[in-house]
Amino acid sequence: MAQYRLKVNGTVHTIEADPDMPLLYALRDDLKMDNPHFGCGLSQCGACTVHLDGVATRSCVTEMSKVGNREVTTLTGLGTPEHPHPLQTAYVDEEVPQCGYCINGWVMTAAAFLKTKKHPSEDEIREALAGIKCRCGTHTGIVRAVKRAAEKMA
Amino acid sequence: MNAPTKIELSRRELMGTAGALVFAFSVSEPGAAMAQQVMAAPAGGANNALDPTELDSWLAIAPDGKVTVFFGKMDGGQGTDLAMAMIVAEEMDVPLKDVDVVEGDTARTVNQGGASGSTGVRFAGAALRQAGAEARRVLVMKAAEKLGVDASQLTVSDGVVSVAGNPAHKISYAELIGGGHFHSKIGWNKQYGNPLALTSPAKPKTHDQYKVVGTTQPRLDVKGKVFGTAPWTQDIRVEGMLHGRMVRPPIAGASVASVDESSIAKIPNVRIVRKGDFLGVVAPREWDAVKAARMLKVNWAPTTDPFPDQAKLYDHIRQSPVTKSDKTEDGQVDAAFAGAARVVQAEYEWPFQSHASMGPGCALADVRADGVTVWTGTQKPHFAAQGVAGVLGVPVEKVRAIWVAGPGSYGRNDAGDVTMDAAVLSQAVGKPVRVQYMRHEGHGWDPKAPASVHRGRAALDKDGNVVALEFWSRGFSRLETNSTEADPGDTLAGMLLGHKGKRTPAFNLPENAYTFSNKRLGWETVAALLPGASPLRTSHMRDPLGPQITFASESFMDEVAFAVGADPVEFRLNYLTEPRDRAAIQAAAEKAGWKPGKAGTRRTQRGDIVTGRGVAYQQRGGTIVAIVADAEVNTRTGEVRVPRVVVAHDCGLIVNPGALRHVVECNVVQGLSRTIHEEVKFDHRNVTSVDWLTYPIVEMADAPRVIDVVLLNHPEAISTGAGEATMRPLAAAVNNAIFEATGTRLRRAPLNAARIKASTV
Repeated sequence: MAQYRLKVNGTVHTIEADPDMPLLYALRDDLKMDNPHFGCGLSQCGACTVHLDGVATRSCVTEMSKVGNREVTTLTGLGTPEHPHPLQTAYVDEEVPQCGYCINGWVMTAAAFLKTKKHPSEDEIREALAGIKCRCGTHTGIVRAVKRAAEKMA
Repeated sequence: MNAPTKIELSRRELMGTAGALVFAFSVSEPGAAMAQQVMAAPAGGANNALDPTELDSWLAIAPDGKVTVFFGKMDGGQGTDLAMAMIVAEEMDVPLKDVDVVEGDTARTVNQGGASGSTGVRFAGAALRQAGAEARRVLVMKAAEKLGVDASQLTVSDGVVSVAGNPAHKISYAELIGGGHFHSKIGWNKQYGNPLALTSPAKPKTHDQYKVVGTTQPRLDVKGKVFGTAPWTQDIRVEGMLHGRMVRPPIAGASVASVDESSIAKIPNVRIVRKGDFLGVVAPREWDAVKAARMLKVNWAPTTDPFPDQAKLYDHIRQSPVTKSDKTEDGQVDAAFAGAARVVQAEYEWPFQSHASMGPGCALADVRADGVTVWTGTQKPHFAAQGVAGVLGVPVEKVRAIWVAGPGSYGRNDAGDVTMDAAVLSQAVGKPVRVQYMRHEGHGWDPKAPASVHRGRAALDKDGNVVALEFWSRGFSRLETNSTEADPGDTLAGMLLGHKGKRTPAFNLPENAYTFSNKRLGWETVAALLPGASPLRTSHMRDPLGPQITFASESFMDEVAFAVGADPVEFRLNYLTEPRDRAAIQAAAEKAGWKPGKAGTRRTQRGDIVTGRGVAYQQRGGTIVAIVADAEVNTRTGEVRVPRVVVAHDCGLIVNPGALRHVVECNVVQGLSRTIHEEVKFDHRNVTSVDWLTYPIVEMADAPRVIDVVLLNHPEAISTGAGEATMRPLAAAVNNAIFEATGTRLRRAPLNAARIKASTV
């Protein structure tokens, strides 16, 4: 066990953990945060995505010892019902989710993408979101929502 | 309407004093009266504790006039809860925003069967429509008494009853009974589950009176999911909770010989729970439980390899003894075949498929001497409560199952298994235990959609008319593991603890309205490869057997159309007389811009890409779906893309067109996933599809660019359900499009790049 200082959504926490424990477990089990989600633990689905210093990162395979001083942002840190991120507004307007368990990964990944890319084409959006899984098949809704948010953010 | 809120209750609040369950509702909550009623109810099953003959079991009116609907199914993100709210708002004449829905909690809702067979709107909606109409009738009667006028002079608007022509003479629902009880009886058909129906003197509205039903309304669950403010099952935590993980055998069916406890001695506070072959670990910290399950050294008893070569799976199905069969026959099939000028015949194969839910199953169980609470993502919480009672050996009235949205919900996935595992672990350690499966369990050990083989035969006369049709299916049962967890033997934990389960052999016939004068439809089931706690036990997965059967039956219709040189759309219409079936096919063809012409002539080529267009149609429980799909096949790689899908969808009365479009769209994409990617792989020892690499599903690149949904509304008809129907003909439409593109007929799913390349290049 080692002690780690973790800054999440602007708040600093101290966590005792094994160096090889994935960040996901610190966020969910130690800090009782409901996002991100455990989907695979293998970096294959995206449901666990957080931002580390603004970079979309799979927390299920990011060991505590590798987080360092990077600031963690979760979905809650991205936006709230009172202060939504444009992607969240677009997701609500398009009624994207079905079960919704995967949303965290799509939104966090797209948010990082849209910071660097203005006016993306549909192909660029699909490319940027490649590899993320949605079992319910909301993909077409996701594309619509990301396009809508991209227009707002441009 | 209120969005779902986080469940944050301490253990003390959750479970109360000895002898009875105590429910942690605030007194201001409309459901408080329900809780008292539950507690007062006689023993007879938590799932059946609410009295269906009390109107109060279905609806409550709060002091502020807000209405709560108690919905004994649940919504997995398709807007079914909203449909219930809309139906009740319509019948009661209350604003939709003032209607809230409580769903899937065995203490607060009557067992309406959980999510099952696309019957949410059809059956539960019908029952709640009657309850809403009856509530309005009862309230108007009470108002008549208070206002001193005859009920016939009264009108209701926005929850206020007033005298027609004298709106100042009024009284609101809130003033009439807000916060209190109806104390009014309602009739029922004495059947719990899907068939539950209510009867009363009230006459529900006719469709021409509808103001709410039939309009697009925003779904209730969206914001909570997008902002992460609503809980999934995975998010439920209680004080003092431990984390559990299960240990599964490397060879399916292997028994535990011994466990080396010293192998995890270095992990703090971990406990091993072993009951025969049921083996799990619990620990206060989740990561410790994960590590312990991984590191625990288990000596597994020697066993024989349970599974055949996967390459021989379909031969195994063909050659195995039949466990049960069924058929229907019209006309003189054998005579028609004997006299046929020509016979067309083809066989099709469909693999095992996995629910592979987005998150592996998760549940929290708190087993105490005075009662049991489980938080579960199972679609059928009332039945799961029975199963939990059975596996723990406690009376069912001591068990409360609270449904919380899980990841995905398309049938009998792993949510029921994990609920039982959590319950067994909690009972063993005397603390609340949360179990979340690992990815390899979500894929590897969930109940599977059955693998199957299908054969179509058509007898043609000399003019190419179909004079007889035979369609035959043979596969594993859709109910080897039951679709509910009511019997512990239908869960992994139950089977490992010696419960046998019902293991019902069952398959289905195709559902369509084709008018072949001589027709034989049949099915046969074969025994499971490994009985019991098998990673290939088969059960219901979204539209149980629909994709399998229709992939074959509607691919075969195209093969016959091709054999006789007919247009695939016209060919189907030639054998359909039902106007709604014909209309669906015509609507899909029209929207797609279908150009009439012989089957096999819709090919265009640009470079390596060949393009084709296919059609398929099928019914599901009265819902009619016709699909036209476009396929682009890369002749070099075999890769297939489906750029456009047109769906014509007739499910009778449409309650919420917006939510319905969403459901149909998602059906298309999930259906495409199963069509082009999904196949559970296994070796002699176990399932080897254990993650997203070994069980690929639809990717962003695969999703169609365009999904056109044509909704055919029949307000005069009953609503027949939309949760699964589109899934049914999708695979065949895509297969028929691939045939048009490549000229090669595929007969084995999934239609993936390797298979297409092998067959066409």
